[in-house]
Amino acid sequence: MALPTYASPLQRIWYYTFRVICGIIFFYLMFPILVIIPLSFNAQDFFTFTPEMLALDPAGFSLKHYEDFFTNSDWQQATRNSLTIAPMATLISVSLGTLAAIGLSQSHVPFKRAIMAILISPMIVPLIISAAGMYFFFSAIGLQGTYWGVVLAHAILGIPFVIITVTATMVGFDRSLTRAAASMGAGPVKTFFKVQLPLILPGVISGSLFAFITSFDEVVVVIFVGSAAQQTLPWQMFIGLREQISPTILAVATLMVGLSILLLATLEMLRRRNEKMRGMSPA
Amino acid sequence: MTTTDLEADAVRGGEPLKRSLARALRRQKMRALLLIAPLLIFIFVGFLMPIVSMLTRSVENNIVQDTLPQTVAALQDWDIDSEDLPPEAVFRAMAADLQIAIPDRTALQVARRMNFEAAGWTTMMRRALRAVPDWDLETDGPFRERFLDLHRDWGSLETWRALKAYSSEYTTGYYLAAVDRTMVSGHVEPLPDNQSLHLMLFWRTAWMSGLICFLALLLGYPVAFLLANIKERHANLLLILVLLPFWTSLLVRTSSWKVLLQDQGVVNQFLVWIGLVADDNRLTMINNKFGVIVAMTQILLPFMILPLYSVMKTIPPSYVRAAKSLGATDWTAFWRVYFPQSVPGIGAGAILVFIMAVGYYITPELVGGPSGMFISNRIAHQWYVSGNWGLVGALGTILLLAVLVLYWVYDKVVGIDNVKLG
Repeated sequence: MALPTYASPLQRIWYYTFRVICGIIFFYLMFPILVIIPLSFNAQDFFTFTPEMLALDPAGFSLKHYEDFFTNSDWQQATRNSLTIAPMATLISVSLGTLAAIGLSQSHVPFKRAIMAILISPMIVPLIISAAGMYFFFSAIGLQGTYWGVVLAHAILGIPFVIITVTATMVGFDRSLTRAAASMGAGPVKTFFKVQLPLILPGVISGSLFAFITSFDEVVVVIFVGSAAQQTLPWQMFIGLREQISPTILAVATLMVGLSILLLATLEMLRRRNEKMRGMSPA
Repeated sequence: MTTTDLEADAVRGGEPLKRSLARALRRQKMRALLLIAPLLIFIFVGFLMPIVSMLTRSVENNIVQDTLPQTVAALQDWDIDSEDLPPEAVFRAMAADLQIAIPDRTALQVARRMNFEAAGWTTMMRRALRAVPDWDLETDGPFRERFLDLHRDWGSLETWRALKAYSSEYTTGYYLAAVDRTMVSGHVEPLPDNQSLHLMLFWRTAWMSGLICFLALLLGYPVAFLLANIKERHANLLLILVLLPFWTSLLVRTSSWKVLLQDQGVVNQFLVWIGLVADDNRLTMINNKFGVIVAMTQILLPFMILPLYSVMKTIPPSYVRAAKSLGATDWTAFWRVYFPQSVPGIGAGAILVFIMAVGYYITPELVGGPSGMFISNRIAHQWYVSGNWGLVGALGTILLLAVLVLYWVYDKVVGIDNVKLG
């Protein structure tokens, strides 16, 4: 969309105005995320920039909110809970989800649309409804308020993302490769691990990142299905925000932004690798 | 090759080709289904069934009948529109039922159930709890006077009308409550204005989600257009600015809006500093609708930009160039040629954002305050504060039906297998 040399003044004005408008929208998208980073280093218990901070006086900054996060036993327990629940939930949704996505991408699947609609539904159903339903069910089977209850609930919520990302990579999968492997005597299990999995791995990994972040961010279902012993990081933040909002939340938020940057970088790397691999194949 | 050769070929292993092909196809289908089965069963048992069974609570109402069977039976003969109190037999049946129900601790559950519909039942029942166990059913009658002595509401027509109206095993009562109606008098009528909240909340959820969806489209379209029409290298860089918010925790984004929009927050601080707002007259931007709209638009914006971008990327630039070379102005070329081709992206993004917005709970809860509350918050409130699970089921069913209709539309417009993430 480069500006041609023959553009009229009006076109020139619009060209730059449009860019400014887009800049403002990008600012709106990013500002709330960026602003909490400096605020989390506030030496005071305020949520605004103090005059010292604006003057870039080192006395206006401190790590005390981070110190609080790393020493407060509530926050530490919440972090541990999040870090034990999310990987297990991810493992379950990725293993079952990948299997199903492979099944779904076969050429003849009866009721494919209906099955797909059911598998994606946890993403669509309002969380409060899912949470209430799962509460009764997990109470009935004795899993309410247990680690495994929360893990299973989160695994269900993560499944749509795994299905979506893995089926997307399966679309580009060359079916003759499995046939070639079979013709050379590999069994279905060996074919899967040696041929199929390495090729769809980028999709599986990005699906698992989605599943991980879904569990790691989730508040509503864990409040219903879990008990105080499963209090996760977002749950702790939610309580903190609703009752008395303590600046430690900003430190936690900054750390979580760091985590999302890490995840995003991983995804971007995967995407590039995937594109490169596809670029090499004579498609 | 002659026909007979072909036939001979087809009957390999004594089996016609058609049949062996059909068998192979069947086996393939079975294999696909076997791969899907574990997950399908998992979702079915762990997700769909629990939701359906939770929603059936919205019509279940056996507590009254199970606890007070004789009373309910005796009330059968009493006309709900009658201006006279039920006959002595009903009061006697009530005493008999309560003598069983009180040791079983179910009497208070009935009171709790009836309290959802009309206030005062807990007090009435508590008075009865103390006295009724000591009554002798044979000699202590008439019971009507004895009940009236306990609490005067036992002698009011409303009490008995409500009990009769809500005594059936299955009730539409919770759905009526979900649309601000009641049948305590035996007939469906609107709830008084100070108790009517649900229709207003459904409406608010709908229009605010619509507005958020529209704003997201307004802001998302230019960005997606820019991304789709610059060099891919630059687009990938700018895309990070869309993807980072997408990947950032919902709670982080909501808390930063809470921090930004407070009275003492960064936005007010800035406005005071540039002199747009007086220090003692700071803007109230949080705990109202404004806060919810600003925060949710930002949170849902990536869900609009990404589908728009993926559609716009596929629009060949040659069409717009052709239009211009035929004499169209920039605007005509955009509006008549480019825009119609981007409509599928608008459909995908708009429905997705609307579906997500309608079910939002966290953001309205944290930045909405009472005036920015959504229907999900009301459902959570009914759950925690009132424990009215029937009403939770009824409100939930209505919300879910709305979402399912949108989901169906989404499937028709976009196709579920075309959902893309990032």
